[in-house]
Amino acid sequence: MSEQRFNIDVENINAEFCGSSTGYADERVLVSLERAQGFGKLKNLPKRLPVGCRRGGCGICRARILEGNYKRDPMSREYVTLEDEKEGLVLLCAIYPLSDLKVRLEPKCVKNVEANSQSLEI
Amino acid sequence: MAMTGVLRPGFIQIRVMDMEAAKEHYIKRIGLHQVMEGDDGRVYLKAADEFDHHSIVLRKADDAGCDLMAFKVLDEETLDGFKKRIEDYGIEVDEVRAGEQPGIGRRISFVITSGHRIELYSNCDQSDPKPGIFNSHIWSVEPHGMRARRFDHALFYGPDIDGVLDFFTKVLDFKLAEKVQMPDGLLGIWLTCGMKAHDIAFVKHPEPGKFHHVSFELENWNDVGRAADIITNFNISIDIGPTRHGITYGQTIYFFDPSGNRNEVFAGGYTYYPDLPTRAWDERDVGKAIFYYERQLNEAFLSVVT
Repeated sequence: MSEQRFNIDVENINAEFCGSSTGYADERVLVSLERAQGFGKLKNLPKRLPVGCRRGGCGICRARILEGNYKRDPMSREYVTLEDEKEGLVLLCAIYPLSDLKVRLEPKCVKNVEANSQSLEI
Repeated sequence: MAMTGVLRPGFIQIRVMDMEAAKEHYIKRIGLHQVMEGDDGRVYLKAADEFDHHSIVLRKADDAGCDLMAFKVLDEETLDGFKKRIEDYGIEVDEVRAGEQPGIGRRISFVITSGHRIELYSNCDQSDPKPGIFNSHIWSVEPHGMRARRFDHALFYGPDIDGVLDFFTKVLDFKLAEKVQMPDGLLGIWLTCGMKAHDIAFVKHPEPGKFHHVSFELENWNDVGRAADIITNFNISIDIGPTRHGITYGQTIYFFDPSGNRNEVFAGGYTYYPDLPTRAWDERDVGKAIFYYERQLNEAFLSVVT
């Protein structure tokens, strides 16, 4: 296997910078981009839903309820504090609609680190 | 081979947000047995193939995650020796009194630089069900659910993987069976204290003290398939699989308990001997290392933890 590495920048169809991958000389460029996507390095691509544990524990699907009523299962206090709850923040995997809803995705709340670009990118 | 020092993973304490849902999941679906419920509400579980008192502790909390993982060591003298070595290394050691968990003797407890609480102990009671030892059957109670045979290992996420590797190998005498090395340093380490491919593993992550999964061993690949049937039948949240890990060779499924803690059931895996070299992967094949059939990481692997 070749040890020669290259940086590969990628843009989307609107010419917005999406990110970079590390490609190897004997490796298809698409394969290195697939790996970069696996590591969350590509942005501005059509976003996939932030799906994690689907059971209220991991905090990936944190969101704000803009309109509507819902009932809730337990959800991790690490990611939805009491203050968050009063503001209408929830984990989408742990609520059930009781009316039409309008929701907005929110960054995952990351504790004990300055910033986590991967987690904030949703 | 004489096994001394740290013998094996003993038990792990997991936080759950709905105890009744957690009991149904770990007992009816994974196939564990309830040993007892403590006065403080903690629930103690075991697999029928394990002799020792319990291996899984469920604690009701308002978030998910892992409180601690404990390893069994050979004897009290060994335990005292580790206490001195850990303190000499510069890590503070707490004593946990015998009986803090029913059936478990005195423990020593400490927090490593990745933010995880690790414990050691040597004395513990046995409990039923357990394997027979004289003219015995394969099982004493009929296996149910996924038919888990034992609590096998856990994977943790946190910072300072290099420091964790140094501590586990120099102070606790673990061996590095396998690693993922990225251009900017170590991404993951798979550590063993015996002849399994891993007993504990760590992946680099900015948040300290995070929990990726607790793993249960099944007898064979057919049982992995049967576990997948159970996961769909009971609408258990799936992460990935059935598939195989390049690392350890384990045949596996990742899924989530009712509080969002990731579980693994797996079969197989290679045998590790203490003279074997460390197996390594770099970023070109990290996909195959983690998910051998898909050959790429799924989005959840590096980001979804409790």
